[in-house]
Amino acid sequence: MARTAVLGRLEWQLGSVAELVQETPRVASLLLDMPEWPGHLAGQHVDVRLTADDGYQAERSYSIASAPEDRRLAITVERLDDGEVSPYLVGEVRKGDKVELRGPIGGYFVWRGGDNRPLLLVAGGSGVVPLMAMIRHRSAIKSTTPTRLLYSSRSEEDIIYRAELEALSTAGDGLTVAHGLTRKQPPGWRGYARRIDRPMLEEVAWPKEQNPIFFVCGPTPLVEAVAGHLVDMGFEAPSIKTERFGPTGG
Amino acid sequence: MTVQQSDLKLDGNAIGGLLREIFTMEMTTAESTCAGCHKVHAVGQVEVYMNAPGVVVRCPACGQVQMRIVKGGGRYWLDLSGIHSLEFST
Repeated sequence: MARTAVLGRLEWQLGSVAELVQETPRVASLLLDMPEWPGHLAGQHVDVRLTADDGYQAERSYSIASAPEDRRLAITVERLDDGEVSPYLVGEVRKGDKVELRGPIGGYFVWRGGDNRPLLLVAGGSGVVPLMAMIRHRSAIKSTTPTRLLYSSRSEEDIIYRAELEALSTAGDGLTVAHGLTRKQPPGWRGYARRIDRPMLEEVAWPKEQNPIFFVCGPTPLVEAVAGHLVDMGFEAPSIKTERFGPTGG
Repeated sequence: MTVQQSDLKLDGNAIGGLLREIFTMEMTTAESTCAGCHKVHAVGQVEVYMNAPGVVVRCPACGQVQMRIVKGGGRYWLDLSGIHSLEFST
């Protein structure tokens, strides 16, 4: 499935919900059977379109969570209570339902593997989703590229993919995960207990001589703060790829 | 929820699908030269505001409005006057 991005007109396709995974109280993954899926790259996204009975349509973009090698296409969606699309995808949709989507989309925020420069992945909240596709892809291709994920969540229960990240980071293939909790920490919490800041990035960043590459995804203020710190720390702007998301993702 | 102006700013990745409709090409890796400051950015890096009837794209270096895109009534309306040039793979 891991071909290069397929060009040409993007057609809407019908996927069938094969499995639903409740990742956190507000976040769910939809695993979809897509009969005509052309394959994707880690970091790409899809557009999902819902059509109401009266013909009204709403479209939103969601990052792909699955590796290109996975049998099913997965998207992970955070429910925004005032959103038009996410409350349906998290809470209402059932196994066997059809979902209309098109993709894969994007080529800028993409990690192809086969690149041995160390990776620093920085996520805020559901910004972890496209980074998870990269981590899953890395594992699927048995890459040993040194990789660190710095992942900021509000509270412990908001950590998406927690068990899978723990399992992958103890596999001994060069992945480490550092969590930060910004609002509430459980007793005995050993991770960071504040928003991502420069001292934190200095602790987790690879040395400049190793020519690392960065993928940063999260809410706009987090992405801009992190990218700014990395540039101030002397890393080259072209090595820092960013993706912002906001309330229009609802 | 309080929505701040900074929350409404996205980037070019968010309009990958819309641009693909129009150009039939993957455009987030296209390089756009700003008509204002002549700096070059990947389309994935540009600032995008979608909280309006259309999409407004601004240069991340100088703030110049690079593109305005409106879709509706079966038509696209494109203003690219803030872009000096766009370069992308065939």
